[in-house]
Amino acid sequence: MKEIEPPAKDPPWLMRTYSGYASAAESNRLYRANLAKGQTGLSIAFDLPTQTGYDSDHILARGEVGKLGVPMRTREDMEALFDQIPVERMNTSMTINAPTAWVLALYLSLARQQGADLSQLRGTTQNDILKEYLSRGTYIFPPKASIRLAGEVIRYAFHHLPKWNPINICSYHLQESGAEPVQEVAFTLANAVCVLDAVRAAGDIPAQDFPQVVGRMAFFLNAGIRFIEEMCKVRVFSRMWDRICRERYGVSDPGLRRFRYGVQVNSLGLTERQPENNIARIIYEFLGVVLSKSARARSVQLPAWNEALGLPRKWDQQWSLRIQQILAHETDLLEYEDIFEGSAVIGRKEKLLEDAAQAELERILEMGGAVEALENGYLKRCLVESNARRIREIETGRRVVVGVNRFEEGEPSPLTAGLDASFLTVDDAVENEQIAILRAFRSRRDAGRVAGALDHLHRTLSSGGELMAASIACAEAGVTTGEWSDALRSVYGEYRAPTGVGGVAASDGAGEDMRAVIQRVRQVSDRLGRNLKLLIGKPGLDGHSNGAEQIAVKARDAGMEVVYEGIRLTPEQIAESALQEGVHVVGLSILSGSHLKLVPEVIRGLEERGLKTLPVVLGGIIPESDLTKMPQASIKRVFAPRDYHLNRIMHEIVDVVAAANGIDLSAVTP
Amino acid sequence: MNLRSAGIELDGILNAQKTAIAGALNLLENRRPAEEGLAAELIEALTRHARPDRHVIGITGPPGAGKSTLISRLVREYRSAGRRVGVLTVDPSSPRSGGALLGDRARIDYDPGDPGLFIRSMAAGPHLGGLAWRTRHCLSLFEAAYDRILIETTGVGQSETEIEKVADTVVYVVQPGSGDSLQFMKAGIMEIPHVLVVNKADRKNLALKSYHELQALAGAGRRADDGWIPQLILASALEGWGHEALAAALERHLDFLSSGRLNDLRRMHRVQWVYILFVERFGSYGVERLGGERRIYERLEEADMSNPLRALQELAEESKRISQKPGC
Repeated sequence: MKEIEPPAKDPPWLMRTYSGYASAAESNRLYRANLAKGQTGLSIAFDLPTQTGYDSDHILARGEVGKLGVPMRTREDMEALFDQIPVERMNTSMTINAPTAWVLALYLSLARQQGADLSQLRGTTQNDILKEYLSRGTYIFPPKASIRLAGEVIRYAFHHLPKWNPINICSYHLQESGAEPVQEVAFTLANAVCVLDAVRAAGDIPAQDFPQVVGRMAFFLNAGIRFIEEMCKVRVFSRMWDRICRERYGVSDPGLRRFRYGVQVNSLGLTERQPENNIARIIYEFLGVVLSKSARARSVQLPAWNEALGLPRKWDQQWSLRIQQILAHETDLLEYEDIFEGSAVIGRKEKLLEDAAQAELERILEMGGAVEALENGYLKRCLVESNARRIREIETGRRVVVGVNRFEEGEPSPLTAGLDASFLTVDDAVENEQIAILRAFRSRRDAGRVAGALDHLHRTLSSGGELMAASIACAEAGVTTGEWSDALRSVYGEYRAPTGVGGVAASDGAGEDMRAVIQRVRQVSDRLGRNLKLLIGKPGLDGHSNGAEQIAVKARDAGMEVVYEGIRLTPEQIAESALQEGVHVVGLSILSGSHLKLVPEVIRGLEERGLKTLPVVLGGIIPESDLTKMPQASIKRVFAPRDYHLNRIMHEIVDVVAAANGIDLSAVTP
Repeated sequence: MNLRSAGIELDGILNAQKTAIAGALNLLENRRPAEEGLAAELIEALTRHARPDRHVIGITGPPGAGKSTLISRLVREYRSAGRRVGVLTVDPSSPRSGGALLGDRARIDYDPGDPGLFIRSMAAGPHLGGLAWRTRHCLSLFEAAYDRILIETTGVGQSETEIEKVADTVVYVVQPGSGDSLQFMKAGIMEIPHVLVVNKADRKNLALKSYHELQALAGAGRRADDGWIPQLILASALEGWGHEALAAALERHLDFLSSGRLNDLRRMHRVQWVYILFVERFGSYGVERLGGERRIYERLEEADMSNPLRALQELAEESKRISQKPGC
């Protein structure tokens, strides 16, 4: 029998794993191992101090160094990260936003050192600042300055890095913060328009070349579990982007109007309970962004099945990579044209999404655009509202989550046996080691050259000159991330984004249980003589504020008075607010894993202010074994992200306050 | 129970020690009847020690006008001049649950280690008028501890008339293009504030339009009650200008009051405070029983205002006597 010629296949998407931790050297070993296993690109995670422009020895960096990514302070860190990895042959994606120009400058100085041809460099800098204000939290400067900075990177790439994606506009984090598909499309496109309009208005790119700039715009999407709708969303994205390119920017070449996007499928929906089910969720979510050829992702990152539990190990990441490889190489998916071509069902769904998204986009543009809608709090308020709706649906069972609010009974999982020990944990010694490496570098470098480069950077900032060139000179001279960021802070100032919780409407259909909570809050308030007052604090650099926001809104709806000051507070600030506001309980939300450092510091601050007996509750991913290492007398409750029953959390807060004040509410226990 | 045994340290308060201030605020906000005697005693002591050079400034205006940002700037201005600053901010409460999100603190830029600055957020509760039920109680504390006291109202608009009865100086903040919010001033529902600020004046054209609208209003002449000519200020928090002019205008108004009716004004505010407390507790029926609003004001104008809660108590007792009279 004659062997059949295998059918022609489309090339698969880029397969990446978002990773980086501890140190540049450690991450380098991980990258080389992943490349050896067939991974085709790198996706670099930086730690929070790097993302927010602080050196590892800054006070706000405490507890965060090397935790969620690699610490990147100097050109030597970049050299260590890419040891034996030639950047010219790499496709490197960097999740960096506020200090994009700086980190790219470090990368370019390394590329020069390796003798690479800059015009051949491939990769992506995320460089998307608006979603940082809305959901991810690693912003530094005010919105208008930030948009200007993003534009600097785009203009530099246009002139020098023709194969680089200078910006990756993200809808990913908007979905994590609660965005529904219509909001995701509208907010993201409004963001892209805002950036492009600003670059065009700067006027230094000739009009005939502007389509090239438009053509380098890339997007980073999320894919949720409703995968048919998600696929329609992606197709709507493509169509609306094409229209914007044609009508707003006059791009005639269809190749430059392509909606180029990468995906990380949804981590938010991954559950802590029965975590093995997450593999199924990851696969279905993945289908949403690869099934339709005309709207297929160009790169895909899959989370690990156990991400809701802790930092995945190499084996966990390998499993997610294999899922992609099997779909690309074993199945027949890549042999077909778009399999949804002509489907009336899909067409109708798309029409619904598109009409609504277009209307929402126009509303934002009428407001004055994305920056205006950000500054006036509109975008954030919409997200907090949608997220409250989502959580309410899970709470009431209207939205099914298998193993969590339906089919909850299950066998003990062999995968999770002894999991606490099987996680990758970042050794606390890492922070001190990294500080030592940084300080050794500082003392070794040519101080005069550093001062000269920083001085030049300052002058460039005030004269509006070439920021990228000045930054590359800084990188080569030995300037650090903190020093570069401070120079920009001194010119642009810093920013605190709207928390979005103030204008959120009260939750609908309060229900019997909610009325019981309100009643108990009233009872305890009457006994206290003042309304139950709750301070919600987010210490450290962790910007993931969805949980804190939802608790704030819920507590307000439960009748409490809530003080919430947003993200990135020092322990001292939180303790001081607790004192000045006379609160009855403090809730701390920490998702970055730095609780061991930050929680004791807050509690010490409270004690110093005579608030030794003030009860504290925690929210976050806090392993049992860590609790014994914290001041247990003050910590009255710990809530995990899996505790989606917000009413129950409210009841427990009432219990905590009652107990701390010797109030007996037994007659009205729910 | 006396103040000391209740843990209230008057010396600490007068020295603006933050733990002492916080503890006293918790007492003053307490609504249990059992605490009232203590609160009355504290207010009387605080009144004796009110700082002679203090200035109580009310900041009002529609949501989004940038009141909190302006307060941040004023705080910095006052702190660098070495003045102690107390800030009271009021947010609306949900009528359904009674809960509130106290968001102003997040918008004020401050140094938590600053010993001469204290910020307290309050929920308005069911109280209308732009302030909280206990804002005045807390103000009496701040008057004994701080040189400059800033009160930010709920910012819900037309009903915010109460700040006039509390602050020495009222600042009204608008953002460019918000002409609607001026309607109630034009309609005479509210007296023209002492100082008008067009914030976010970096938006040049719109700001100019608002400026002219306000100028037409302010230029209508001196205020009927005190003859003060309202001041008009342009400011931009973004570009960092205008707040010095605002601080200067505020000082001018304080000087103007000091050489005139400041003491009468403050006494009048206390009379109004007692009246509002009375209405809050006994309602309009109670007012009628004592012969009506005017009669009560006449009585209070003769009363000792160093202890408003005692004056209230006296009114309450009289009300009780009348209601027990046969045939009433």
